[in-house]
Amino acid sequence: MNLRKIQQLLAAEILWGEEILDLVEPRYACGSDLMSDVLAFTKEKTLLLTGLTNAQVIRTAEMIDLSGIIFVRGKKPSQEVIAMAQERNLPLLMTKLPLYETCGILYSAGLEGCSGLPSRRR
Amino acid sequence: MTTPGMVLRFSVEGGDYAAAGEAASKIKKALRKIGVDAGVIRRVAIAAYEAEMNIVLHALRGRLILEVAEDKLRVIAEDEGPGIPDVNLAMQEGFSTASDLAREMGFGAGMGLPNMKKCSDTITIETTKDRGTKVVMNFDIDDDGVT
Repeated sequence: MNLRKIQQLLAAEILWGEEILDLVEPRYACGSDLMSDVLAFTKEKTLLLTGLTNAQVIRTAEMIDLSGIIFVRGKKPSQEVIAMAQERNLPLLMTKLPLYETCGILYSAGLEGCSGLPSRRR
Repeated sequence: MTTPGMVLRFSVEGGDYAAAGEAASKIKKALRKIGVDAGVIRRVAIAAYEAEMNIVLHALRGRLILEVAEDKLRVIAEDEGPGIPDVNLAMQEGFSTASDLAREMGFGAGMGLPNMKKCSDTITIETTKDRGTKVVMNFDIDDDGVT
């Protein structure tokens, strides 16, 4: 499932990365506001869902090569943070949905978590 | 490994949240440039970033040093700061003395040192109260560049 499909499922606003949404296909997703947990428990090609919008989220993504970030609860990062993502070719989306619902929609659609437990619909 | 003997040093300022992560980012880029295995780079990047965040969040100032040898990488994080009162406690997942500000940034969940231990092959911590802390992390690389 590529980011375009994910964006449509969540009716998400594209903050950056319109041109590459079709090309990016996350294999896993992780929902967390704790960046240390994201560093510790994610795998490669992971999409991060978070309510944090500061620069450390982009740094975290850079360190572990996250596929993209979806900001939940309608949280919008600053222009500086969006510019950081642009420099790193990191797609950013924003949904008005809370974290739980966002995770539920993507998990139900077949996007696996990082624990290795397979999603029910594959 | 193509560049044994390479040493890179980066200054890290305590409280400089805007720059936090820059040193780890440069370390990651340098390792990519010299062709280190992606899995090793990931481990080093996570450990270096956690170490850098610890300096930014807890210390006055410090530095990150990357040393490249034939068969291993070493990251040293040393700082002038309060020191760690109880290292065993700090190594426990979930224990943290970080501020609310650190938590607002997504850190301070008590995972920093445990993450650094998990990502490195060996870790040593020397700390002195009111003086500072030095963390040395080694990352093994075999002939194929895979740990």
